[in-house]
Amino acid sequence: MQVFDSGNVAAATSVKLARVQVVAAYPITPQTPLTEKLSQYVDSQVMDAEYVAVESEHSAMAVCIGASSAGARAFTATSSHGLLYMAEQLHWTAGARLPMVMCVVNRAVGAPFSIWNDQQDSISQRDCGWIQLYASDHQEILDTVIKAYRLSERICIPVMVCYDGYYLSHTYMPYRVPEQSAVDAFLPPYTYRHTLGPEKPTSLNTVTLPGGRTDIHGNFAPGYMELRESLDSEMKKAVAIYSEIDAEYLDIAGRGGDPIVQCYLCDDAEYVAVALGSMGRQLHDVADGLREEGIKIGVLSLAMFRPFPADILRAQLSGRKALIVFEKAFSPGQSGALRSELQAALYGEASQPELFNYILGLGGRSYSSVDFRSSIIESIQRKPGETGRCEEIGWIGLGR
Amino acid sequence: MTTSSVATEAAAVAAPVFSPKDFKSSLKPIWCPGCGDFGVLQGIYRALAAIGRPSHEIAFISGIGCSSRIPGYTTAYGFNSVHGRALPIAQGLKLANPDLLVLVAGGDGDGFSIGGGHVAHAIRRNQDLTYLVMDNQIYGLTKGQLSPTSRKGLHTVTSAYGSLENPVNPLMYVMGYGAAFVAQGTPADIPGLAAMIEEAIRFPGFAFVNIQSPCVTYGEPDQQIKVHKKVMKRLEDLGHDSSDRVQAFDRAQSYGSELLTGVFFRDPDPPPTYGSLIRARKQELMASAPRREDILDMFVQD
Repeated sequence: MQVFDSGNVAAATSVKLARVQVVAAYPITPQTPLTEKLSQYVDSQVMDAEYVAVESEHSAMAVCIGASSAGARAFTATSSHGLLYMAEQLHWTAGARLPMVMCVVNRAVGAPFSIWNDQQDSISQRDCGWIQLYASDHQEILDTVIKAYRLSERICIPVMVCYDGYYLSHTYMPYRVPEQSAVDAFLPPYTYRHTLGPEKPTSLNTVTLPGGRTDIHGNFAPGYMELRESLDSEMKKAVAIYSEIDAEYLDIAGRGGDPIVQCYLCDDAEYVAVALGSMGRQLHDVADGLREEGIKIGVLSLAMFRPFPADILRAQLSGRKALIVFEKAFSPGQSGALRSELQAALYGEASQPELFNYILGLGGRSYSSVDFRSSIIESIQRKPGETGRCEEIGWIGLGR
Repeated sequence: MTTSSVATEAAAVAAPVFSPKDFKSSLKPIWCPGCGDFGVLQGIYRALAAIGRPSHEIAFISGIGCSSRIPGYTTAYGFNSVHGRALPIAQGLKLANPDLLVLVAGGDGDGFSIGGGHVAHAIRRNQDLTYLVMDNQIYGLTKGQLSPTSRKGLHTVTSAYGSLENPVNPLMYVMGYGAAFVAQGTPADIPGLAAMIEEAIRFPGFAFVNIQSPCVTYGEPDQQIKVHKKVMKRLEDLGHDSSDRVQAFDRAQSYGSELLTGVFFRDPDPPPTYGSLIRARKQELMASAPRREDILDMFVQD
């Protein structure tokens, strides 16, 4: 079925299709219409779920932790300060290895107070142990949430599905909705190995000693550090596992095939523009225009930021003349996080591209295809070796 | 600011006299026409004029929400902070500069959901703050979601099924934690509200005023100013004794079913403020502290 609706409704539709059982959320712009839609679904019994209108985002995540621990498929969504207020619980969810999906509708972070879009909220939480996926249009929002539940429940790591506030949350686009029966076949009911229940009473996540030790059965019981290492190694497997899941989804929905990176005109590209989220789509038009001028440029939209798919990126990007990385978040005192991580991934490669980093759209500052185009032209006109300094940032739209 | 033109004795400087408009900033409110917060703002202007302190000696801290825009509409120093965090920020500010008159404002969401945990501690710490909650029983800024004071059964965009939860009673909430000054007003009675805010500011210690400030866009029809005018009952007309904590508790239970306005409780023997305790402790420590020379002598061997 093809529908024409907002990104937030696409997200709500996917949550319904995933047969989520517990929704706990607190309103925050621009996430609010998503959770309002879920409240309607619960009311009209389109969704067989409990909806808890909690008192804060901290509580929203805590309710989801409890629900997931007790064996229910849980969902929440937030933005900006809501995500940051959850931060303590985010680390906990990942450390407790609880399957869960959360939509992060990207919005700037105060101070000063801003309700507009950038991606500082989710990027600032890159180290909390959640998988981070980024959607670049409404169809991807819907498909990614459904696939994210499969991924999360397979490897017991929570997943954020991030999409740009307003650009995607509040705009309308056509997208296709899979049949419920197809989703049911793809996403079986949630079963959690360590579900809390009266049949097998247990205490979860008690104080863990710095060192490993033998348990009462004489087996080696992992300590804190082993559990952290496990989170890292298991998360790194998510790149391959998500690709497998995507291939299955392709069978049922007819969409997919490039779940980690989406390359546009990259085959013969000397230059590649790299971005997360909705910017990728806009860059397609920019690349089309530059190609007409004879500039061999492609676009790489990164759909997975955690785990960082370094192997795939090396394979795609080594040997290019230059990468132009556009970001709507940055690490003050350094550069964009994506640029830093790309540079680290390419370090030591025989043929390293030049790297240029542009920061744009902070706090909703407008940007256009002309900005992308002029930044790309500016980058490729620079002499080889002129860049490479990791802290160098080009600011788009500053002072206007 | 207007200054008294009455001639005084030669060397004396005339005490400044303020009018409400001295506290009105040039920023035009962007609330919906008919919002209760317009009346609250008028009440605040009048109260500040009656208090008679200049704008630069006043700090107005708020959280997030429609009502939290209020500091910007006054000429006081303003701080639009993070959702739910107005009270701790105000406490830090008051500690750093005890001479400031510190007002705190927010909505029912700010005060009794996301920031609810701070209220208890602001009360027990008892700094000299005035906390004004504009309670509209709905999340207005984000367009009509369930709030902690929304009535049970209310259908909103986040409770399409009808809320299953009991509302918080802000009056009982703060009295339960031992608040020493508790009042409730409505913009349907601006003079009464202004007097109440003035009294709260003059009260030495944490003072709480719950203001039932209707949301004209998302609020319930029976929670509008016209209805308030008809149904409100002044505590003083009921023979209420505001020095009686038990009586105050009893009447506070009517929240949600009746609109009682006035001072519910004013501790006749206000507990010492945090600031006064700090000053007393400092004096005590200073009095018993050995002199610097004596400390040095301890390290010197004969």
